[in-house]
Amino acid sequence: MKICVLVKEVPDAAVEKKLNPSTGRMDRSGERNLNPYDTHAIEAAMQVREGGSIPVEEIVAVTMGPESAVRALHKAVSLGADRSVHLCDEALAGSDVAATGYALAKTLERESPDLVLLGQQSDDGECYTIGAVVAEHLGMPSLTQVIKMDVSGEALRCERQAEYGYDTVEVKLPAVISVGDAINEPRYPSLKAIMGAKKKQLDSLSAGDAQVDPAKVGGENSAAQWIAAKPPPAKAAGEIIEDEDTGETVERIVAWLDERKLI
Amino acid sequence: MPNILVYALHYDGAINKNSLGAVSEGARLAEELGGEAHAIMLGEGVAEDLAASLGRYGAKKVLVAEGPEGLAQPLVDAMAKAIGDGGYGYALFGGGLLGFEIGAGLAARLGAGVAMEVTNVRAEGGKLIAERPILGDSAISEIAYRSPVGIIIGRLNAFEARESGAGSAQVEQLSFELSEHATRATMITRGEQRGADVDIEGADVLVAGGRGLGKPEGFKLCEELAQAFGGNSAVAATRAVVDAGWYPYAAQIGQTGKTVSPKLYLAAGISGAIQHKVGMQSSENIVAINKDANAPIFEFSDLGIVGDLNKILPKLTEAVKAKKAS
Ligand SMILES: Cc1cc2nc3c(=O)[nH]c(=O)nc-3n(C[C@H](O)[C@H](O)[C@H](O)COP(=O)(O)OP(=O)(O)OC[C@H]3O[C@@H](n4cnc5c(N)ncnc54)[C@H](O)[C@@H]3O)c2cc1C
Repeated sequence: MKICVLVKEVPDAAVEKKLNPSTGRMDRSGERNLNPYDTHAIEAAMQVREGGSIPVEEIVAVTMGPESAVRALHKAVSLGADRSVHLCDEALAGSDVAATGYALAKTLERESPDLVLLGQQSDDGECYTIGAVVAEHLGMPSLTQVIKMDVSGEALRCERQAEYGYDTVEVKLPAVISVGDAINEPRYPSLKAIMGAKKKQLDSLSAGDAQVDPAKVGGENSAAQWIAAKPPPAKAAGEIIEDEDTGETVERIVAWLDERKLI
Repeated sequence: MPNILVYALHYDGAINKNSLGAVSEGARLAEELGGEAHAIMLGEGVAEDLAASLGRYGAKKVLVAEGPEGLAQPLVDAMAKAIGDGGYGYALFGGGLLGFEIGAGLAARLGAGVAMEVTNVRAEGGKLIAERPILGDSAISEIAYRSPVGIIIGRLNAFEARESGAGSAQVEQLSFELSEHATRATMITRGEQRGADVDIEGADVLVAGGRGLGKPEGFKLCEELAQAFGGNSAVAATRAVVDAGWYPYAAQIGQTGKTVSPKLYLAAGISGAIQHKVGMQSSENIVAINKDANAPIFEFSDLGIVGDLNKILPKLTEAVKAKKAS
C-alpha cells in the first residue's frame, strides 16, 4: 500500500503570530517549522509500515506552500517518509480551506494513495477540516481526530472522541484520516536521517503540473472572502504572580480567593 | 435565496444543545434576510415529534433523512440534495465535531465558502457576514461569501438556544442517495463513556488538570485540592489527558466534552487551547497555574501563577485547609 502524509509548514510556536493588516492573510515571515501535529501523522504511517499487517511500499510527504516549505518536507522525510511532493505556485497564495483542500486533492490524485494521513489541526490556521475537504474531492471515506487506528485487511478500525464519547468506526480503504496527538509518541529523527533527507527525491509541482484549475484557487478565487479584521472586545488583563517564594505565592492566592469569598 | 438550512445533531432521543442554538440563530438571521430557517436531521427512524420540536426554536420546517447516524459523509449527501432542490443561501452548524466535518465536506461538494469557529454572524445588504476569531483569539476576521451558498460553522456555545414561542415545525421526509464513499465508513460503537461517571457540571469549584500534571498520578494533587475546598467541588480535565486515559471522559471540559461555569475554575498544567477554553470561559473566576509565562491560558485568566504546579499545588492545598479551619 501507498501512504501519503499531508504536512504543513507553520510559524514556530515561539514566534508571535500576526496578520498582515493590508491583506488579512497570516504574516508568514519568521522562524518556521513542520506543524507539530503532522509528526503524529508521519509516525502513524511508520507504525502501519512497521506493524507489518499490510505491506507499505511507500510513504510520501505532500505539502502545498511557498518555497520555504521545502524544509518541512525535509523534516518529514527525516522522520520516515521515502520521498516528497511540493505543490508550489504563486497562484495558490491566499487560498482558503476549501481551495487548499481542492489543490491538495489534485496533487494526491497523481499519487493514487491507499491511505492519506494528516494531523488533527495546524498550529496556525486553527481549523481541523482540511481532511474532510480532501476526502470529498477524492471520493474517499474519512474521519478526523483519530486516536487509535488498526489496519485489518482492506479496512481501518479507528477510534476517536466525538460529542458524546468515544466512537469506533470502520473505514474502508482508500481513506483520508486525520490523527489526534494522542495516537502516538513521534520518534526523534536520527542524525543520519536528518543528513540524508535532502538527498531523497523531492518533486516540485506547479499548479498546472497538478492540473489544478487556476480559477478555483488563490485569494481572489476563494469562495470565502476575507473582508476585514478587528481586535477582539477588550478584556481586563488578569493579575499575574511569578512564583519565586512558594509560601508567599500561596498566601497571595488564598488572599485573592478569600477576597472573592471562594474559600 | 434567503433560506438557511441548519444541521441538528441528535443522540439518544435528544437534540444537541449547540444545534438548538444554531437553529435559534438560523431563525434570527433568516428573518433578517426575509427567509426561513429549516433544520435537517438524519438518523435511523428519527422520531417525528423530536423533529417537530425544533419549531419551538424557530425552525419553520424540518427535513428528516434516513441514514446512518454519527458520521459526516451521509449528511453531506443529504444536505447537498436539500440545497440542490433550491431555496437555500446558507448552511449553518453549531459547535462540536461532526458539524465541522459535514460543513467542510459540503463546502467541497458545492464549491462553497466556509468559515469555522464563528462566534458572531450579521446580516448586511441581504447577505451574511461571519466573524471568526483567529490567531489564538487575538484578532477577529470577517468573512463574506462569493459562492451562491455560504457555510457557517459556529464555535461551541457561540449561539444561544432560545425558545421563540412558535409551535411545532412542519416535518418533511427528504429522500436522497448515499454516495459511494459515504457507504464505506461504518459506525461500530458510538458514545462509549471511558472511565467513571463523574459530575462536573454541577460543581461550584472545579480544579482542572492537564498534560502538565506529567502522569496519571498527578491528578492526586488536583483531587486533594478539590477536597480541601470541600463542599461542591470536583476535578475536571482536558482532552489531552482524557485521550491518554489519565482521567474519565465525563470529567472533560471543552469542544467534545462538557461546558461548565463554576464560581471558581482553577487550572493546573493546562495550556488553554481554544477547544478547552470554549467549554469554561464563562466561569466566574479563572485561576491558572502554568510554568510557561506565554501559555495562552494567561490571556483569559483572572489570576495567573507562573510556576511549577508540583511545588504550588501541595502548599495551596495545605493553605486552603488552614484557611477553612480558621
Ligand atoms: C476538534 C478538536 C476538539 C477538541 N476538543 C477538546 C476538548 O473538548 N477539551 C480539551 O481540553 N481539548 C480539546 N481539544 C484539544 C486541544 O486542542 C488541546 O490539545 C488540549 O486542550 C491540550 O490539553 P492540555 O492543556 O492538557 O495539554 P498541553 O496543551 O500539552 O498543555 C500542557 C501545559 O502544561 C504546562 N506545564 C507542564 N509542566 C508543568 C508544570 N510542572 N507546572 C505547571 N505547568 C506545567 C505547559 O506549560 C503547558 O502549557 C480538541 C482539539 C480538536 C482539534
